[in-house]
Amino acid sequence: MTSDIAAFLTIDGIATGAIYVLIALGIVLIFTVTRVIFVPFGDIAAFTALSLAALEMKQLPGTVGLVAVLAVLATLVETASLLRTGKARQVPRALLFYLVLPMIPVALVWIAAGGDIPLPLRIILALALILPIAPLLDRLVFRPIADGTVLLLLTVSVALHFALVGLGLLFFGPEGVRTEALTDAVWIVGGIPIAGQSILIVVAAIVFSGLLFAFFGFTLAGKSLHATAVNRTGARLMGIRPERTGTIAYLLGSLLAGVSGILIAPVNTMFYDSGFLLGLKAFVGAIIGGLVSFPVTAIGSLCVGILESFAAFQSSAFKEVIVFSILIPVLLWRSYTSAHREEDIDE
Amino acid sequence: MPLLAFDKVGVSYGKAEAVRGVSLAVETGQIVTVIGPNGAGKTSLLTAAIGLLPSSGRITFAGENVTRLETERRVEMGLSLVPEQRELFTDMSVYDNLLLGAFVRRGDKAGIRRDMGEIFDRFPRLAERRRQLAGTLSGGERQMLALGRALMTKPKLLMLDEPSLGLAPLIIREIFVIIASLRELGVSILLVEQNAKAALETADFGHVMETGEINHSGPAGELINDPRLISTYLGGNEGE
Repeated sequence: MTSDIAAFLTIDGIATGAIYVLIALGIVLIFTVTRVIFVPFGDIAAFTALSLAALEMKQLPGTVGLVAVLAVLATLVETASLLRTGKARQVPRALLFYLVLPMIPVALVWIAAGGDIPLPLRIILALALILPIAPLLDRLVFRPIADGTVLLLLTVSVALHFALVGLGLLFFGPEGVRTEALTDAVWIVGGIPIAGQSILIVVAAIVFSGLLFAFFGFTLAGKSLHATAVNRTGARLMGIRPERTGTIAYLLGSLLAGVSGILIAPVNTMFYDSGFLLGLKAFVGAIIGGLVSFPVTAIGSLCVGILESFAAFQSSAFKEVIVFSILIPVLLWRSYTSAHREEDIDE
Repeated sequence: MPLLAFDKVGVSYGKAEAVRGVSLAVETGQIVTVIGPNGAGKTSLLTAAIGLLPSSGRITFAGENVTRLETERRVEMGLSLVPEQRELFTDMSVYDNLLLGAFVRRGDKAGIRRDMGEIFDRFPRLAERRRQLAGTLSGGERQMLALGRALMTKPKLLMLDEPSLGLAPLIIREIFVIIASLRELGVSILLVEQNAKAALETADFGHVMETGEINHSGPAGELINDPRLISTYLGGNEGE
């Protein structure tokens, strides 16, 4: 391997890793706030790519049906539970949040699909359409078992992923899609070509990580999310509703996953089930960060991307094997370091 | 009409009854204490009052039946609990902990700034450490932060669970001086303590709880001189 090839692989790996960074940050965000390891994040990314592709081909994205069905189901469940607990006064509010708000992007896409929509608007529509999915799934699937163990939540999360893959096939069909490149620019730096798309991916990862950091550091909503993650009981005693912070976390996480889906769609062909590998590799990054640390997660995800790039060059058949093998030393290292941490949880 | 009233309240963990048929009331402006040994059900009573545990019977606060209301709603109504475990946001700064205390009145920026200043005047040690992480504070400072954070919710009634637990005698004295001084803020207090002497010296009215039931009640000044209590509770606490 020459240094040119190594440099090329590194740049390629950083771009791939940046995609994983976005998804992994979402996974860590959701886990710290709700204790759910949200496996379907990869699917959310894939569905965003598929929605964008459908809009590009002037078709109605399958996501429209998915969101509509989820919104109706969530509304029914929420209304039934409000009526059962004698909180009929809160029903209009539930209708607004579970039916009206998710249906707005659905309606917009319904009207706009088939027409000539400029690229930036297509991206916004695809993102808006994908945002309600995770919060609605949270209401339907995770809220009834919110007090369950992490293992139970994880098991349900894996099941949910398989259900979503099935729904993905139903709503999007089996064809793979690739969207139009966001930019065709290529720069030659020191003899190595760098695609504008790669730079865009890295810049987007930096911008959205920065926004997430600012949200946590400087806004009360961000601090209330952090507080819920640190101490759920403490947060409730301050009047912070964990379900609401959970919804905010799911929305933010979905935005990150959606952006990564938009960025990867012109580079990789996306299928209804492409989300699984995306999510799993991001999960490796999240595990490196111990599912708690955002900066370590970002670095870990970049490492996964770079490792994948080199592994693909050396032996493409074993690419995934090599990437997932690093989980073993990481888990060993994590279990050694976390053994000491349990002692100082008590005050 | 009392500010907070328990009417035949019971709390169970599965089949085990931690609290049985407890009735007591806190009037506006009063400091009421519930004393009793470890395991008497005092903490369960407060946990049920804030809604973190389900209860039977009836709990009314500010004229409203809150027995079935969620914890967050009770906090919004002006009920606040400083739990035994303090439940601070340990990896956030002192300032952020206090700011989150004001979460229920997040629109009121000027009021929050004013109250934050008042808390820092009342607890100068918190002011010195406002940028420090809550997890790095000493036991006494944590208790002050927990108190300050609860005050930031602008409570009508503050419930304190064992505020003296695990603290050095000098700090305990300081904490009780602070509790007594909260009276001037117009905050009513329901204080649960094992340190019976300190609690009765601070309170207006006292209840003695044993194995889930209240078996003595009276003005704190009378209870503190009650020979039966002196032998069981107050004698044992002289060393503290």
